[in-house]
Amino acid sequence: MAKKTSVQKAFLSGNEALARGAWEAGLTVACAYPGTPSTEILESLALYPELDVQWSVNEKAAYEVAYSAAVGGVRSLFACKHVGLNVAMDPLMTSSYTGVNAGFVAVVCDDPGMHSSQNEQDTRWAGIYAKLPILEPASPAEAKQFVAEAFAISEKYDTPVILRMTTRVSHSKEDVLLGQRRPAEKRPLKPDIQKYVMVPAFARQRHALVEQRQLKLQKLSERSRLNKMELNDLSVGFIAGGVSYYYLKEARPNASFLKLGFLYPFCDAKIKAFAGKVKKLVVVEELDPFIEDHIRQLGIKKAVFRHPSFRLGELGPGVIEDVIAGRPKKAVKLPPARPPRLCAGCPHWATFSVLKKLGLFVAGDIGCYTLGTLPPTSALHTCLCMGAGVTFNEGLRRAHPDGKIVGVIGDSTFIHAGITGLINAAYNKAKGIIFILDNSTTAMTGGQNHPGTGLTIRGQPTKTLDLKALCLACGADNVDVMDPAGNVGQLEELVRRRLSEDALTVIIAKHPCKLIKR
Amino acid sequence: MKKQDCYNITFGGIGGQGIIKASELLGWAAMYDGWHVKKSEVHGMSQRGGSVESHVRFGRKIYSPLIGPGQADFLLCFHLDEHPRLVMFLKPGGTDLAGYLQQAEAMVENPKHVNTALMGVLSVFLPISEAGWQKAMETVFSPKIRDENRQVFQRAKALVK
Repeated sequence: MAKKTSVQKAFLSGNEALARGAWEAGLTVACAYPGTPSTEILESLALYPELDVQWSVNEKAAYEVAYSAAVGGVRSLFACKHVGLNVAMDPLMTSSYTGVNAGFVAVVCDDPGMHSSQNEQDTRWAGIYAKLPILEPASPAEAKQFVAEAFAISEKYDTPVILRMTTRVSHSKEDVLLGQRRPAEKRPLKPDIQKYVMVPAFARQRHALVEQRQLKLQKLSERSRLNKMELNDLSVGFIAGGVSYYYLKEARPNASFLKLGFLYPFCDAKIKAFAGKVKKLVVVEELDPFIEDHIRQLGIKKAVFRHPSFRLGELGPGVIEDVIAGRPKKAVKLPPARPPRLCAGCPHWATFSVLKKLGLFVAGDIGCYTLGTLPPTSALHTCLCMGAGVTFNEGLRRAHPDGKIVGVIGDSTFIHAGITGLINAAYNKAKGIIFILDNSTTAMTGGQNHPGTGLTIRGQPTKTLDLKALCLACGADNVDVMDPAGNVGQLEELVRRRLSEDALTVIIAKHPCKLIKR
Repeated sequence: MKKQDCYNITFGGIGGQGIIKASELLGWAAMYDGWHVKKSEVHGMSQRGGSVESHVRFGRKIYSPLIGPGQADFLLCFHLDEHPRLVMFLKPGGTDLAGYLQQAEAMVENPKHVNTALMGVLSVFLPISEAGWQKAMETVFSPKIRDENRQVFQRAKALVK
């Protein structure tokens, strides 16, 4: 975690450097829900006592609170992992229309290679979809620099700005120059209903402004120093963004480069000019063919692209020669890596041993307990997205009303996206058991607080959410709270009994995570 | 060792062995000595006992945050089960420090200090000043554990004959 020291340099991760850069740029409010590889951004910001930072209940709440603070007149930041943005897409899409007052930056960390994620979606498409500018740093030092740039663009062009990171940029470290905080002036809040009330009549006007803004941003992209042309050996030129640029630079230090840091809207004229200067043009990127598709649209005939097999996973120095040559990805035979597993002494072992013994079909969710799918427990059968442990149970039971089906979800995940599913189940007369595996933390991402822990991001006491009362209020017929650790027999008896009833039951299996430091 | 443009060190083992801490120490030390440093690892699920790998590169100018196969000058292995996976990073003629693992384990009283002992070993091979290492230990270790780690670091240097 970033330590504040008097030295002029620090060895910071991309996430820490980004946090530092936002702080220096006069940030006031920051909100997020934890998610690898984005978590350390808020954890680092929380170390600055003058900032107003929070773990929000989910990404939608985080986006809305941070964004509206910017509308209120202070520089604000939202951070999430790629799939977290799905949860915040609703406010994101229309905030493109309503714009900002003070600067607002949405940091989204993609996870090429799925080091700790359920899919490999590519956030760059969100720029096209939401008509928002995207900046993409390639290293921690750039993350720090780009976030300041993003705030300035946000204010000048009246737009949220997406800062796209990847695991390799977020979690790699670099020596970074430190600067002073430059407090940003608080802007007044004045009613402006045509800007901030998106009823159809006003939204039509705003949409027109968004299209005009796109054209202005494209011009900015053309002259932005973040889109940097490096002309060296002109026999080959690379167009790349993000960390791919550095893999290429390592492999071909003398080649020519167009490094796209202001990724979207594209700098078409600069791209064409670069293409005109080099003999061979090679486009390199991770995940989807985002730059590739655009260069094809521009009709640049000499451009060559990666083999499509590289749309999967991360790039790296080991594969970069194959990428440059357009060769397909080789199957690399390595001794298998050691997979993660539930920790020794983890309370989830007890619960999963019962689920396995009873031969239940278990609708799962996202968290440490997803590891219950691995041997020896092998007792978790679905994992789709945050909250689906609750709703998947209902859907499966609609297909198999008498099936031996249950749902499991963690405490933090339940608060994030499970509550609505439970209300839905109760309202629509679904039955069965939902387990809330309550280890009293957000364990998978390193143990962050949430409303159930009664502590804030800084560990200060706050209101504690009463899960039992909440589940009863949602309409559960029974809410049983028990400690599964050392009580496997009792838990098994309870599950058998509840499954035999025509009822919707929540079993809160409560035992703190072994890794929490209290 | 002759001064070279760039030093590549691969660390590997399993979650909970202090690998990230060790590579952190090297990163800060190299930075305090004025090198450009990049370090990379994945720690998404490493707390759950999975394989952990960390790459540190320092030199005058570093581009890639990752070390490619056959590019590591040094390999520091914290668990011999992981060695077969990691050895491919070593360049021809690179230095495999896996042989020091058992000695480091034998040397320390507290198993939590194995990582620091291995760093003491590594320090003998690298162009980083004593002042750089000391300052890095100041940054990376909390006051409570700093002195014990300093002692282990110093004693471990003697393992290198």
